[in-house]
Amino acid sequence: MSPKRVVLRFMAETADKPIIYQLIRNYDLVVNILKAHINPHKEGMMVLEIQGEPEQYTRGLEYLRSLGVTIQPLSQDVHRNETVCTHCGACISVCPSGALYLERPDMTVNFDEDKCVVCLMCVKACPYKAMEVRF
Amino acid sequence: MAVEKSLAEINARIKSGKVVVLTAEEVIPLVREKGVRQAAAEVDVVTTGTFGTMCSSGAYFNFGHTKPRMKMSKVWLNNVQAYAGLAAVDAFLGATEVPDNDPLNSIHPGEFRYGGGHVIHDLVARKPVSLRAIAYGTDCYPRREINTVITIDDLNQAVLFNPRNAYQNYNVAVNLSDRTIYTYMGVLKPHMGNANYSTSGQLSPLLKDPYLRTIGIGTRIFLGGSTGYVVWQGTQHCPGLTPLPEGGQLVSGGTLAVIGDLKQMRPEWLVGVSFLGYGASLTVGLGIPIPILNEEIMYWASRSDEEIYAPVVDYGLDYPAGNPQPLGYVTYAQLKSGTINLQGREVPTAPLSSYPRARQIAAILKDWIRAGGFLLSKPVALLPSINEATPLKSLQEKEA
Repeated sequence: MSPKRVVLRFMAETADKPIIYQLIRNYDLVVNILKAHINPHKEGMMVLEIQGEPEQYTRGLEYLRSLGVTIQPLSQDVHRNETVCTHCGACISVCPSGALYLERPDMTVNFDEDKCVVCLMCVKACPYKAMEVRF
Repeated sequence: MAVEKSLAEINARIKSGKVVVLTAEEVIPLVREKGVRQAAAEVDVVTTGTFGTMCSSGAYFNFGHTKPRMKMSKVWLNNVQAYAGLAAVDAFLGATEVPDNDPLNSIHPGEFRYGGGHVIHDLVARKPVSLRAIAYGTDCYPRREINTVITIDDLNQAVLFNPRNAYQNYNVAVNLSDRTIYTYMGVLKPHMGNANYSTSGQLSPLLKDPYLRTIGIGTRIFLGGSTGYVVWQGTQHCPGLTPLPEGGQLVSGGTLAVIGDLKQMRPEWLVGVSFLGYGASLTVGLGIPIPILNEEIMYWASRSDEEIYAPVVDYGLDYPAGNPQPLGYVTYAQLKSGTINLQGREVPTAPLSSYPRARQIAAILKDWIRAGGFLLSKPVALLPSINEATPLKSLQEKEA
């Protein structure tokens, strides 16, 4: 199975649980943590790249849901508002994964959601506020 | 025989529907194919365009008199202060003004969500804007406070007036320091991790008429989606042309003061912007038609990205210290390729001005001229040309 990128959000009760360890040990999944954050209320957000057997992947996600973790495909999180984007290119150099890039020779800005790692640097760097986060 | 055309001849061709207009991009291959002389004979007008953040922009308004009358001494639009020291109900709002309660950069890098440029954008988009004003009260203007809501259509006058726009050329910004910095040239990574530039190169108005032979006071232009005019040289106007060590020439330093009816402008060509850790400003869409009066004007109008150079400046140490010595020079073709070579290293580049929008502006202006609705105006006076402007002074500190 090709790697899948998901965004996990969990409540304070789950923040101290070794959920990644369980995913690896019990479901034999390859997990790459792209981003992890716990806010002052101990609510957590984690962006994962997960790879493994389809059945194990499904069971692993069921395990997470059983703990109250919400799971969302990564592409639903960061969005480019195309009516606001002026294709200036200010986002290009801060995007670490190449998800935002210039299409040459037109010099238009493109956004490949599959490459996005939800670092949110583009959201901060875009002068027009064209990059939006949907939580 | 040398090509010589008058502006009156070109305007007559516009009126008769026979005018030949090309954008500054389109004219490049034509000149390569046919040569400057032939192209100058065939083409009447070359249109340019730029769409980038232009601080030193603003707008003035007349709000109309209140009942009872009021001499507004302080004015806020959507909580952004406008300068009211003009007259009773006039005010000027600067694009970089930020709200009174903005935390600015106290938590660095500050997020600047809204400022004067955004107010101008909202007005042009015909959104309601809150107006608050206070006054000290006089016999003829007794009222002391007003809180209301306005739209641009409620105002008697709303005029975009930008003291410095259309910078002829601009720096390529890098950062030689060891920390990420947040500038008006965007986010710059340490140790020359990226290079940002902000000119439309071969489409940029003043790069295509570097001697300002055709652009002067009264030149009719595309401004914010409508018609505007050049009214003066811009602040810091100091056009120059310098031979470079590597060959080629650096054209830089010219600027324009421009004006236009804000009520006629469109929100897609006048956009409020925020730069992380720097502040708020306004992106302005601006395009200038260049009448091809002779071969020299055509020569410059047809210069391509391969022939137009920009200086690379360190914004980590040199620029903030007031010592912006160029680290080198690169062409816009190199900048647009995605990487430049600096001091033996490949540095990724990114633009800050929109080339697609600049291309659109040049095309719109071309359409306006071809449709006969946009005649070219002869400047009533030209602006100081290369080596004619007074060199720029820096501010000296003296004892009061």
